[in-house]
Order: sequence, then C-alpha cells, then structure tokens
Amino acid sequence: MADLDLPARQGFTPDAPSAALPGEIPLTLTINGERRELHVRPWTTLLDLLREDLHLYGTKKGCDHGQCGACTVLVDGQRINSCLALAVSKDGCEVTTVEGLAAPDGALHPMQEAFIEHDAFQCGYCTPGQICSAVGLVQEGHARTPDEIREQMSGNICRCGAYTNIVDAIEDVLAKETAK
Amino acid sequence: MNRFSYARPGSVADAVREVGSSPAAKVLAGGTNLVDLMKYNVERPAHLVDVTRLPGLKEIEETGEGGLRIGALVSNSDVAYDPRVQERYPLLSSAILAGATAQLRNAATTGGNLLQRTRCYYFYDAATPCNKRAPGTGCPAKTGVNRIHAILGTSEHCIATHPSDMAVAMAALEAVIHASGPNGEREIPIAEFHRLPGDTPERDTNLGADEVVTAVTLPTPRFATNYTYLKLRDRLSYAFALVSVAAAFDMEGGTVREARIALGGVAHKPWRVPEAEAMLKGVVPERGAFAMVAERILQGAQGYGGNSFKIELARLAIIRALSQAAAGTPQSQTDKRIQ
Ligand SMILES: Cc1cc2nc3c(=O)[nH]c(=O)nc-3n(C[C@H](O)[C@H](O)[C@H](O)COP(=O)(O)OP(=O)(O)OC[C@H]3O[C@@H](n4cnc5c(N)ncnc54)[C@H](O)[C@@H]3O)c2cc1C
Ligand code: SF4
Ligand code: FES
Ligand code: FES
Repeated sequence: MADLDLPARQGFTPDAPSAALPGEIPLTLTINGERRELHVRPWTTLLDLLREDLHLYGTKKGCDHGQCGACTVLVDGQRINSCLALAVSKDGCEVTTVEGLAAPDGALHPMQEAFIEHDAFQCGYCTPGQICSAVGLVQEGHARTPDEIREQMSGNICRCGAYTNIVDAIEDVLAKETAK
Repeated sequence: MNRFSYARPGSVADAVREVGSSPAAKVLAGGTNLVDLMKYNVERPAHLVDVTRLPGLKEIEETGEGGLRIGALVSNSDVAYDPRVQERYPLLSSAILAGATAQLRNAATTGGNLLQRTRCYYFYDAATPCNKRAPGTGCPAKTGVNRIHAILGTSEHCIATHPSDMAVAMAALEAVIHASGPNGEREIPIAEFHRLPGDTPERDTNLGADEVVTAVTLPTPRFATNYTYLKLRDRLSYAFALVSVAAAFDMEGGTVREARIALGGVAHKPWRVPEAEAMLKGVVPERGAFAMVAERILQGAQGYGGNSFKIELARLAIIRALSQAAAGTPQSQTDKRIQ
C-alpha cells in the first residue's frame, strides 16, 4: 500500500520512535457475502485493503482523497469513498464492491446491464465507482428526475464525460424499479 | 501517512480518557477530513481514538421543547433526510445537502463536520509555510493565491475560512454543542464554538484538545417557513462555498419578528452580525432594507486580491437570500438556477 513515510518537512517534528505502535489488528469483514477474518495495520484504508491485500481490483483508486468517487463501495448498504475510510474502523461491517453485485450464477446486476445497454462508459476507469454509487442512489430513494440523478451522482467524476449515458442508465433502472 | 496507535473505546468516558492520554491523540469519526489530511502529512496523530462505536451518539431525539438533539455520530445524510429535521429545520437539511456528495455525506458525522479544517491550499501543502499548520512560519495566502479565503474577521496571521455548510445553518439556528471532557459535560453555543484566527490560528475552535463532542441541540423551531440556504461556488455541485448565506425570518403577519443571517466562505467561522439582523425587526421585508443590512454585515470587509470579488458577491448573495427567505421560496439544491 501507499504508506510511504515522507521526510519531515517544514513545521513538523519527525515521528518520535514509539514503542507502542501496533502490529496488525484483527478485523472481521463480510466482503461480497463472504465473511473474512483479517489482520490489518491501522493506517490501511479500506480501498488499499480491498485492492492490495484482497486483490479485488474492481474498486479503483483515482485521487485517493475523496474527490473523484472511483473508490465508491457499499458499506452496510451505504455508498462511501473507500479511500477515506480506515479499514479498522469498519470492523464487523458488510462491504459490497463491484465484484459482488452480480448474482451467484453470474447474472449481472440490473445496474450493470443498464450501463452496458446505454453505453455508459468509455475507458471504464470510473465505472465500478459509478455503478456502486448508482446502486446506492437507487436504495437511498432520493432521486427521481434527471436533475436529481445528476446531483446525487455528483460524487462520481467521469474523465471521459460519459455523464449523459450514465444518467440515462440510472433513469432506466429507476423506472423499472418503480414499475415493479 | 504516519504510523499511529489505535483505540476503539466503548464509552464516552473511555474516549475522553484515550483522547487525554497524549497531546498528539486525535478523534476519528467518519474520517473524510482527518484521513485526507493524514495522507497529506498535515495531521500526524500519534494515537487515533475511533469514536464510531460509542453508544448513544447515533440518535436524533426530541428535547421536549420541540427541539432536537442530534448525536455527534449521526451522519450528515441521516440528519438531512430525517423527517423531523426536514419539517422543523429545513434550513439545516438544505445546507447539508448543498455540501460535498452523497458518498461523503453518508460517511461524514455531525461532530466531524463541525470540526473539519480549512481548505486553504497552503495549509494542505506541507512544503509551504502556514501559521495554522506550523505556528510562526507565516501566512503565504495573504499575498498568494487566495480566491477561497476570508474577507471578514481575518488577522495578519491567518485569512483562512471555515469550509462547513452545515455549521452556517446551525449558526443561524443558534445550535448548542455538547462536549464531554475530563471535567464533565459542557454546552457551547455555536457562536462561541468556532473562533477567529487572531494570533493563534492553529486553534480552529474553543473545544479543548481533551474534549469529545457528543451532540448538537437545536432550539424550539421558529424558522421553518421563511428560510433559504444560498451557496455560490466554482461548480454547481461537489465544491466548497465561495460565499454562502443562510437566511431565515420568524414572521408575524407581514413583518419580521426576528431575522437570522449567517454567512459561510467569508470568515474563520460562520459569520453573524446581530446588529444587522436587528435592523430588520418589525420591518416589512423588502429589497431596500436588505441592501442596508448587507452593507452593515460587510462593514470592514477586506479583500486580499484573489478574493476581493467576494465582497460584492456576498453583498448580492445576502440581498438575494433575504428575498428568497421573505418570499418563502428557498433555493433548491437540485435545480441550480437562482431565482
Ligand atoms: C472532496 C470533498 C468535498 C467536500 N465538500 C464539502 C462541502 O461542500 N461542504 C462541506 O460542508 N463539507 C464538505 N466536505 C467536508 C466534509 O463535510 C467533512 O470532511 C466531514 O463533515 C467531516 O466529518 P467526519 O465525520 O468524516 O470527520 P473526521 O474526518 O473523522 O474528523 C474531522 C475532525 O473532527 C474531529 N472530530 C470528529 N468527531 C469528533 C468528536 N465527536 N469530538 C471531537 N472531535 C471530533 C477529528 O479529530 C478531526 O479533527 C468535503 C470533503 C471532501 C473530501
Ligand atoms: S490562511 Fe491560515 S491556513 Fe492558509 S496559509 Fe495562511 S495561516 Fe495557513
Ligand atoms: S479514489 Fe476515493 S474518491 Fe477518488
Ligand atoms: S469512462 Fe473513462 S473516466 Fe468514466
């Protein structure tokens, strides 16, 4: 993981060597339906745990600072930026990544289907975050109109500018949900 | 990120003890500001006290006076969409929804939002001097890039703003912050919670380093009809305020019984001028009066070059927000057109 130790810079006292630094802390997470007993160092973010330790590369690192949404996952059903969450603080939680959206038999999630149908991506880098975010949006139930979808999806930046088709895909899923 | 030890206390008393155990201990709530700053080496806590499991801080409860008590760990989303908040304090709901994104609001907590730190570029860049991050090193923002900086209440030591939208609405609503420390509980009116930089810009608030915020209470609701939160920024969503205005009237017939006006993005704390609000007491709200109020609020405002445009922007924003509040047509946080 990216935990490089920068040299002390202006205004910082270098880290005092501490005897009390922890080793790995035990952590239980249910990831995509599978219960995992893990050990992490406290400075590991949920994003780095998923990608570097568990090799779930679907979740992307864009900015690593909460500014792009590429790292969006669902924690206990709620979409959050996994780059700003320390893994230890999510002990006991259920995490769903893009890998966990499809049914066990491989049938794609309706949001994944809709993204394909509406051609809602170009390079695809932002797509796992967009899809997880859109699944969260539908569950939250605060968006109906295209304007509301755009506002509720503002946390997911698409450098390729596939926004129009992303909104169409989500609108489609929302319409099918309400028709149910 | 620096190395640190980690504790997850199970009670507020234990959390207070953990926070007091080292001057370099820090509370971790949603992490959306603290973890970000740790990645930039701006915050380097030796000990993190994860308060997310503390019991009793995730509820929104009735206070018995029609008011609400919001636990420090209630997420920004849960506050904004709570039906009681939407009905009694729509100004607060609107301000929260004007901030950040759905993902961030899901993770961000009430306590963390109040205590988030400035977005000053120099504060974030550990390679530059900054009196807030490293006291005594200077304030490059004063003569540097300062588009987002303060025009009111600045000092020669710091011209940073407090970036929260939620806190601006809470200031207008006169919320009270509840904190727990080694000497017990205390209540801090929001006007006294955040502070001006003066010659100690390293301190954002008057909360003690060994205190934990436990709740925010909102007084008996009076501003649920005539209110607005008007936020102006560099893009329509997912951006901090350049200037924001929380405006609310308690009306009696056609005249103002009480006016509340708080500004965001212009100072080191949500900016209120009680004398300006008093100018509207007993008055039939109209544009001429609003213009005088705006002049009064911005008395003494000072630009630093890059942010000088904020003085005129704030003047117009105050007038527009007061008009929206008077008409009972609050700014939509979805349809970004300003009516
Ligand atoms: C890209 C981006 C855009 C954003 N845009 C906006 C915006 O437009 N408007 C806006 O208002 N905000 C915005 N935010 C900021 C966001 O609202 C804050 O990061 C969030 O509210 C902080 O809450 P938290 O629970 O995550 O706090 P944390 O990051 O956990 O903590 C923040 C600070 O508060 C302290 N703290 C937390 N809880 C307590 C407690 N109970 N007692 C004592 N100390 C405590 C911590 O020690 C830390 O110093 C944005 C953030 C990002 C990353
Ligand atoms: S404005 Fe404040 S936070 Fe920014 S560089 Fe100056 S002292 Fe630091
Ligand atoms: S990687 Fe998390 S928001 Fe960009
Ligand atoms: S598809 Fe390329 S960034 Fe969105």
